[in-house]
Amino acid sequence: MKIQPPSPDMKKRSFLKKVLNGTIAGSLYLVFPMGSDGLEGQFPKNQMPPEQIPGIRDHAYDILDQEFAFIVDITRCIGCGSCCVADKREYNVPDGNYRTWVERYVKGFSDQVYVDAPNGGLDGYQNPRSDIQEEVRDTFFVPKLCNMCREAPCVQVCPVGATFTSPDGFVLVDDKRCVGCAYCIQACPYSVRYLHPVSRVVDKCTWCYHRVRKGLLPACVDVCPTSARKFGSMKDKESEVYKILKGPGVLTVLKKEMGTWPALYYKGARREVV
Amino acid sequence: MNPIMMLASKASESIGASTMLVSNYVFPNDLHVHWSMMIVLYPYITGLVDGAFIIAALYYLFRVESLKPVARFSLLFALAFLSCATLPLLLHLGRPERNFNMLLTPSPSSAMAGFGYIFAVSMGVLVFIILFVYRPVLVELRKTSKGPLQFIYRTITFDSTDLSPAAMALDEKIIKFLVGIGIPIAAVLHGYVGFIFGGVKANPTWSTPLMPVIFLFSACVSGISAVILAYILIRRFKGRPVDHGCIVTMVKTLTLFFILAFSFEMLEVFSHTYLKTGYHHMVEGLLNGPLAASFWLWQVKICSVIPLLLLGVMGLMKLKASVYNLLAAVVSAILLLQVIIMRWNVVIGGQLMSKSARGYTEFHPEWFDKEGILAVIVVMSIPFIILWGLSRIFPFWAGENKT
Repeated sequence: MKIQPPSPDMKKRSFLKKVLNGTIAGSLYLVFPMGSDGLEGQFPKNQMPPEQIPGIRDHAYDILDQEFAFIVDITRCIGCGSCCVADKREYNVPDGNYRTWVERYVKGFSDQVYVDAPNGGLDGYQNPRSDIQEEVRDTFFVPKLCNMCREAPCVQVCPVGATFTSPDGFVLVDDKRCVGCAYCIQACPYSVRYLHPVSRVVDKCTWCYHRVRKGLLPACVDVCPTSARKFGSMKDKESEVYKILKGPGVLTVLKKEMGTWPALYYKGARREVV
Repeated sequence: MNPIMMLASKASESIGASTMLVSNYVFPNDLHVHWSMMIVLYPYITGLVDGAFIIAALYYLFRVESLKPVARFSLLFALAFLSCATLPLLLHLGRPERNFNMLLTPSPSSAMAGFGYIFAVSMGVLVFIILFVYRPVLVELRKTSKGPLQFIYRTITFDSTDLSPAAMALDEKIIKFLVGIGIPIAAVLHGYVGFIFGGVKANPTWSTPLMPVIFLFSACVSGISAVILAYILIRRFKGRPVDHGCIVTMVKTLTLFFILAFSFEMLEVFSHTYLKTGYHHMVEGLLNGPLAASFWLWQVKICSVIPLLLLGVMGLMKLKASVYNLLAAVVSAILLLQVIIMRWNVVIGGQLMSKSARGYTEFHPEWFDKEGILAVIVVMSIPFIILWGLSRIFPFWAGENKT
């Protein structure tokens, strides 16, 4: 059967139909409120992203009865840099500053440790280092982010109370209050803070607090293809982080001697990791 | 090889056994030095205030009569610099328009939050000391001046012309009281600045209880040196005689404070070297690598050992007054340089070490930045302009012919 080409009239009509449909659909998006007061306002009911942290939605959020943990499994990280890209896109992080980054450790047979993080690992580690002369014994990647210290030095030193610990354990920065003195940058043993060149106040990783409050995983955890980054509620006994933290495996924190009591744990971190 | 790698490999060569730990890796957020030249100037300026105040206190509280010629001048010198102590901070803040947050927010856990209270009290006490010390002069000037100047004198004498013996005796008691509380306040002002650094446990060169002590003694050194140099220069410029006895007392006081300051500075390095705790390899690599010239050569050899030798000569040998005064000016100038280099090495030097404990970053001062070299020159010039302005109202040497 021979297919008849549509008449010019039909073509015009279908084109106009499509334009009209598009316009109506586009206008509907404008009608929906885009505020951050809840997922319902941002997504139609049937298009809501599935809950990633069980027990956050459909309950009143009791801010005083929450505990979250973040675990980085070094043995799983492949240095793809997806987490860094997701983070940069989530927050529009200015170039040269990092809320999270991934370090590459290379250990030679002489015990010399070579560490680098070109562009914070944002481009992924696609090529091996060419400047290492000796035979390489081992290599691994170490993602870094805010340690959410329970005894946070940044909170202690902030002269205006702009950096604070929320009752549910997140160390956050009030950008309306920060004066940009950078004392917290000096005080942070992990160097996760930077002075935002545009807002001229301090910025840092928040473990995506805005997503967590909506039952979503932090952006970096969400995109990690190997589950090297794990996040969850310690109040949920079925969560992976609960099982790992309460299980028999060995976990470490960074710079334990600083007495900061991080809520960020590392699984499989070698002694060379600082 | 990039410059950072060169620095780090230089550092790693010098630290021998710890080489395996240094691979010139700097945390990505550590490449930038956040506290730069304005934060070098801030402790320098408050230090000048402290040292100048010590000279005044020695006269007004402890009655060291030989210091009379510079007592009033050093108070005004302290005021001129204290008025500018907040300038570098304002230039440094990311959001200077929010500076009142800093002054008003009670944040008892933060060392820095004490700034507003300590600065306000220091300023208040210093202003009242000056007003009481100068009251007889101001009352006399009120009678001879006219127009706006007379209004100023009337205001700053609180419209009182009472110079009776009873009033003067009361004034003296008030001055003694104010200077008495002024000494601990001045010590707190500068000790606290030292503690701002000493209280940062994340930075191995700063985190030492010696930091407030070092800052305090070096403050006295810089302030006394500044008063000696300014006194000699202004008197020479004005063609008036320099009081040799006064210079001798100031130099002796300077010698004492400098021996203390230098001993504590060296004690800190010695303690780090001997204890070899934690991130010692980074401190050692820093002092022998990126800071080798500014610390060992400039701060220690040129600006500390040479003044110590000169002060030794001045203390132990009999010198002609003119030679002695010349040496006093030279030593003071070198020590002023020593203290600012020391502040540089602490503030900027301390930040060159990455918290990765594996490498060092670099700092290159810029000319036209808001924290750049030009801004430094402007900030350091303003106190002298204020001092000149103060001299129009509070004559430095008024009444010296009578005594």
